[in-house]
Amino acid sequence: MQYLLLIYRSEAEMAKIPPAELNAMYAEYGKFTQEITDSGNYVGGNPLKPTTTATTVRVRDSKRVVTDGPFAETKEQLGGYYLIEAKDLDQAISIAARIPGARVGSIEVRPIMSRGQAVQA
Amino acid sequence: MDFEKFHREESGRILSTLIRLLGDFDLAEEMLQEAYAVALQKWPSEGTPANPRSWLISTARYKAIDRLRREQSFERKAEQLAKTSQAAAQPETEIEEEMVADDRLRLIFTCCHPSLPLEARVALTLRTVCGITTEEISRAFLIPVATMAQRLVRAKGKIREAGIPYRVPPQEELRDRLDGVLLVVYLIFNEGYLASSGDALIRRELCAEAIRLGRVLCGLIPGQAEALALLGLMLLHDSRRDARVSADGDLVLLEEQDRSQWHAEEIREGTEIVESALRRGASGMYALQAAIAALHANAKTAGGTDWAQIAALYDLLARAYPSPVIEVNRAVAVAMARSVEEGLALLDEIEKREELEEFHLLPAAQADLLRRLGRKEEAAVAYRRALPLATNDIERRFLRRRLGEIEIQN
Repeated sequence: MQYLLLIYRSEAEMAKIPPAELNAMYAEYGKFTQEITDSGNYVGGNPLKPTTTATTVRVRDSKRVVTDGPFAETKEQLGGYYLIEAKDLDQAISIAARIPGARVGSIEVRPIMSRGQAVQA
Repeated sequence: MDFEKFHREESGRILSTLIRLLGDFDLAEEMLQEAYAVALQKWPSEGTPANPRSWLISTARYKAIDRLRREQSFERKAEQLAKTSQAAAQPETEIEEEMVADDRLRLIFTCCHPSLPLEARVALTLRTVCGITTEEISRAFLIPVATMAQRLVRAKGKIREAGIPYRVPPQEELRDRLDGVLLVVYLIFNEGYLASSGDALIRRELCAEAIRLGRVLCGLIPGQAEALALLGLMLLHDSRRDARVSADGDLVLLEEQDRSQWHAEEIREGTEIVESALRRGASGMYALQAAIAALHANAKTAGGTDWAQIAALYDLLARAYPSPVIEVNRAVAVAMARSVEEGLALLDEIEKREELEEFHLLPAAQADLLRRLGRKEEAAVAYRRALPLATNDIERRFLRRRLGEIEIQN
């Protein structure tokens, strides 16, 4: 199964981290990405620019409404994601727990709906 | 053979194996029902098979294959059919005792997966592992049947859609995951033992099921100190079940209970299990509570109880698991061990923190200590404060009776 691991953390808290620590964290991300690539779990992933760069788009009555900022104001913001292949939720959870951001923020684990699959929530 | 009894005792085990073989909770449940229907027809005339359990499992497996073959949406089911046919083709001898035991454990861990909401874990464990009907569970938890059914459907849906595995967690995760399972067992027991209301028979059943689950866990994952502590705790509480409520259905306080009605065999077993848990280093919430329960259960009289030791254990509990409810219990133990005044002072401090305002527990404890001190008017005021907060009839009747006794004496 494929899972999307959504990395949430507080941008305000991130801004307080000294550059040296931030660099160490990026290095850790690089190492982690390499590890899950080697183990065959990595499908994709990217860090995101901060929510100050976000734009939200809606179409209502065929009219395009474009607003500044993220879809929702939350305490922690989406800062990046990994798309992984895992044999079940437990493996996905184990991989999510190894993401460096899990120690400061939260990782939401979402199964990917396969094509043609209807889901009863 | 007693079909009812067989159904109750074996359903969980058979279902757990079927879920593994068929890879689908709902399909397994339905096919087991059909297999039972066939058994009800055949067994009385043809005799009970030598191994009724594997008879039911293979009957259900073949029914599943039939069902999947008949289904129109063949494509969607093709993968499952392949899996099921493979399962059905396995030789009978592979369904062995040990494997069935593993299946039960797998099922327990799946039903208690931390990614399911806690209330769903409790319901799913009762429904699937214990074989209690949805109607009975909803009656025990005072929740409409439709709500309970929906809760179960959602939980099974999440197991399927999110890919919650059907397996016992690996060694490095076992401790953490076992804690989650123990919590579910503890909640099931408490619902039966302390439930604020609901059907008495079903509540009795919940206690029995929780104890049975505790035994299964201790048997299948031996040497887990906290699991042993929980089993011991449940046995010790359960040993008092007949003395806790009078013939008229009134609540009887521990100190007023007829100790000859306590079940000596359960006390002996529970105490032994608690001691072995403590020897293995159990020191968590269940162990501390179990140690307290063991002191109560083994005291010949209320007065002869080792209250000093109990107060010390509540002290440890309150420090490790801070909770105003535990502090109330600690204050009562202090009142018994040292002086009523000292206990009362502790209760007054808890009251100042205003954390327990919605519960009858605190004013009821204050009322009892005031009564012991002969401060009847103050006691009456506290009983009157406790009354509207009590959540069940048994408790309300108890508080009213006590209040009545004081008023007569005045």
